[in-house]
Amino acid sequence: MNDINTQPSILTIENLSIAYDNDKLAVKNVSATIKKNAITAIMGPSGCGKTTLLRAMNRMHELYPNITTTGKIKLYDENIYDMSTIKLRRKIGMVFQRPNPFPTLSIYDNVIAGYKLNGIKLKRTERDEIVETSLKNVTLWDEVKNSLHKKGNFLSGGQQQRLCIARALAFKPDVILLDEPTSALDPIATAKIEDLLIDLKENYSIVLVTHNMSQAARISDNAMYMYMGELIEYDETTKIFTNPKETSTQNYITGRFG
Amino acid sequence: MNQTTILPGKKMTELIPDLFSGRKLKDKLFLIGIVIFSLLTISMVVLIIGSMILKGYHQINWAFFTQSPPDTFQAMMAKMSGKTIPGGIINGITGSLYLVGIASLIAIPFGVLIGIYLYENSKKRYAGFIRDITDVLQGVPSIVIGLIVYLWVVVEITHGYSVLAGSVALAIMMLPLIIRSTEESLKMIPDTLKEAAIALGTPYYKVVMRVLIPSSFSGLMTGILLAISRILGETAPLMLTTLGNPAINWNIAKPVSAVPLLIWQFYNDPNMVDLIWSSSLFLMGFVLLLNILSKWIAARQKK
Repeated sequence: MNDINTQPSILTIENLSIAYDNDKLAVKNVSATIKKNAITAIMGPSGCGKTTLLRAMNRMHELYPNITTTGKIKLYDENIYDMSTIKLRRKIGMVFQRPNPFPTLSIYDNVIAGYKLNGIKLKRTERDEIVETSLKNVTLWDEVKNSLHKKGNFLSGGQQQRLCIARALAFKPDVILLDEPTSALDPIATAKIEDLLIDLKENYSIVLVTHNMSQAARISDNAMYMYMGELIEYDETTKIFTNPKETSTQNYITGRFG
Repeated sequence: MNQTTILPGKKMTELIPDLFSGRKLKDKLFLIGIVIFSLLTISMVVLIIGSMILKGYHQINWAFFTQSPPDTFQAMMAKMSGKTIPGGIINGITGSLYLVGIASLIAIPFGVLIGIYLYENSKKRYAGFIRDITDVLQGVPSIVIGLIVYLWVVVEITHGYSVLAGSVALAIMMLPLIIRSTEESLKMIPDTLKEAAIALGTPYYKVVMRVLIPSSFSGLMTGILLAISRILGETAPLMLTTLGNPAINWNIAKPVSAVPLLIWQFYNDPNMVDLIWSSSLFLMGFVLLLNILSKWIAARQKK
């Protein structure tokens, strides 16, 4: 555990517990630090609380009144529960399991949707630049540069997902949360997104929920293993996969489980 | 025919012949039943539209859309000399559009806002209460709504029959339809879209205004157009609130005519009976057009 502790961290989770309907605990007393400019994978069997933990990091749970959260999450030194959700969600972007571009907006407008929806006025040149760099970041620029002002519904699933990542990048967030971003995609589109994430970690910190172990092994630097709402083990990915400390982790990664 | 063999040399159909033919027979009978009943329904519509056209088409001309109705003497003279009845129903057309326009201005903002509230708070007890009240309102006979608006608006506010009173009555009739269609079309939007907007740090009211409403626009429009086509034919509440007017009127505090009101008046005048059919044809055509328009909007959004 020494190595992982020396890396600079960006998010600090302290004694976080999340309950549905006041009694069903989905996340039990989790503490961990998410490292800067790294890909952190959260793995575990279905229902282990990995998505719940991820969604706590930009306070998405507050949409649903039956979910209660206790504990702290700090972005650098600031408790995110003291920040306004609007400011927080601009610093911590999110990409969802299924691609969800806005069907009523063009590709161009989808990329700057964060600015548009919030009524932030930009100069035309600024807008063009944000759209171009964001789309280039997700390697979608060459594929859509001639149809920027068309609606995005002719794009493939993988292209739509990259558009959604571009939309999250447009705000230049500190952290990007991805909730099983490739589970609805084919292997080729998955490989593209994985390459993209490795490129992106140079400038962003990435938290990735996945139930695909080989994906976690391929691209993540650090990995968490969760089971029944508890954080069983959190270490560098290579250690988790070669020399796990807990038998539960060992069982999971060797496939004797779940 | 099913060629699968279970026992050597025997086909499946030979093993269970009774069951097999019985099913086919039932299937046929059911199909025939469906065809007969759907033809009955269709023929009803065809007969209604057909008789409207046959009896009404010869009255439809330029004057029909540009002039007010004739008096009973002019109509009688025309009838005796075998000509078409002069004049038209322009006062009714403008009146209907005026009434429906004001009613929409009242009902759409209220209805859409209440619909959004019900969608956002669908599980709260107060929302359930509103939903029940909406159902009750939909069940109130239109003549009762006319009576109530007579007491509230005709007597208290405009001190006489008026456009405002008629519009309020029609707006009350539109409300439940718009509320429910708003709620239903918002429910059709996947939650993922809402979350996408939230995750971009969008304040909630902007999510509603800039994501939910545009995404459910076709559903909203369909609901509104259907509500309008439903109230276009209302007669009873208008009799008690706006009465009718032989001329075009744009004063909101004065009575106005409407196409269904004119139909009722023509019915009561033996010399003008011919105008019933052309007016009905116009009304039906207009409602049909709105229906087609709402279907078209709904289909266009799906692309």
